[in-house]
Amino acid sequence: MYDVIIIGAGPAGVSAGLYTKRANLKVLILYKDESALEKTELIENYYGFEKGIDGKALYTSGIQQAKNLEIEVKKEEVINVQIAEEKQFVVITERETYKTKTVIFATGNKKNTPKIKGIKNFEGKGVSYCAICDGFFYRNKEVSVLGNGRYAISEANELMNIAKGITILTDGKEAPEIRADNVRIDTRRIREVRGNQKIEEVEFEDNSKIKTDGIFVALGVAGSTEFAKKLGIITQKDRIVVNENMETNIPGIFACGDCVGGLLQVSKSVYEGTKAGLQVIQYIRKASINENKDFDAQI
Amino acid sequence: MNVLILEENNFEEEVLKANGKILVDFYADWCGPCKMMAPIIEEIAEEVKETVKVGKVNVDNNQELAIKYDVMSIPTIMLFENGKVSKTFIGVTDKQEILDVLK
Repeated sequence: MYDVIIIGAGPAGVSAGLYTKRANLKVLILYKDESALEKTELIENYYGFEKGIDGKALYTSGIQQAKNLEIEVKKEEVINVQIAEEKQFVVITERETYKTKTVIFATGNKKNTPKIKGIKNFEGKGVSYCAICDGFFYRNKEVSVLGNGRYAISEANELMNIAKGITILTDGKEAPEIRADNVRIDTRRIREVRGNQKIEEVEFEDNSKIKTDGIFVALGVAGSTEFAKKLGIITQKDRIVVNENMETNIPGIFACGDCVGGLLQVSKSVYEGTKAGLQVIQYIRKASINENKDFDAQI
Repeated sequence: MNVLILEENNFEEEVLKANGKILVDFYADWCGPCKMMAPIIEEIAEEVKETVKVGKVNVDNNQELAIKYDVMSIPTIMLFENGKVSKTFIGVTDKQEILDVLK
């Protein structure tokens, strides 16, 4: 059982890791996707680097700093985050399932909204971002999953016992490996999605069409918005809503850095990571005092 | 408890024929995000109890209502005015964002 699992290894995630580890908490940092920082060529406005610093160098150095402090840092794709029993969370990656008392989202601001014509118009009218939340409305219906990675497979698996048939739409990308009777894979490029009140069909660039009652979007690596929607974290315009202590509406879940919006700056992410880390330390200490109280009461 | 339980048999009376604004939360017991939305809806109901009626529909028990209003994702929060839907929020929504449309 970890005290905290941090998802994301950019400036916010690593800063949260440094503070929590130095307070002797059991910390795990999981990351997969490229950080926005990694792609920044030269940062010239960050304190202390007289000649500026290369974004990739700063990013790599941050991860190394965490490792030097003996923080467990693993490059594993997080596929799902669930609320287990009270005050515990389960983080499922491509390889393992981890239990933790708290979670910090520091996943950056990458959005996985597809650029397919029509998708946006049918959100909540057949376009869904959460199989486990909305699968119920598609019992015995024909559904599609848009994506081709592990996250898409995981969403298809959620729908397998609910929907009549599932088509994985890769939109021109490579087909994923999945074997199931009611799952088809279509790798053609999509032109647009159509319908009247609700989504009805997908049109491909070769002019052919398929009927569908719903499209579950699961592109690339799941980001903070996807996890937030599944967990019930309040979001606003694809940003996680937090208070000044980086707390979300779910006790034990925190968020910091670009995924909460605001200035997309290293300095801001470092501050928020620090704040989230300190808040987690307080949260864990309070929880352990309460546990001891319960234990004393039992005696 | 200021949140009214709405069902197929009282929906017309309590929502469609009622005057003013009525906020309706479509939810299910098995839906995790709905559980996070429930306390927010209760807080809203408490805050606006003088002016706006707030109710909830369990979509498991009232599937016809869910179908009628094209609810395909939960939680869905709909604002009814004079029997018609005037605003829809899909997914867990910030309290203030909802309060803003209830003014």
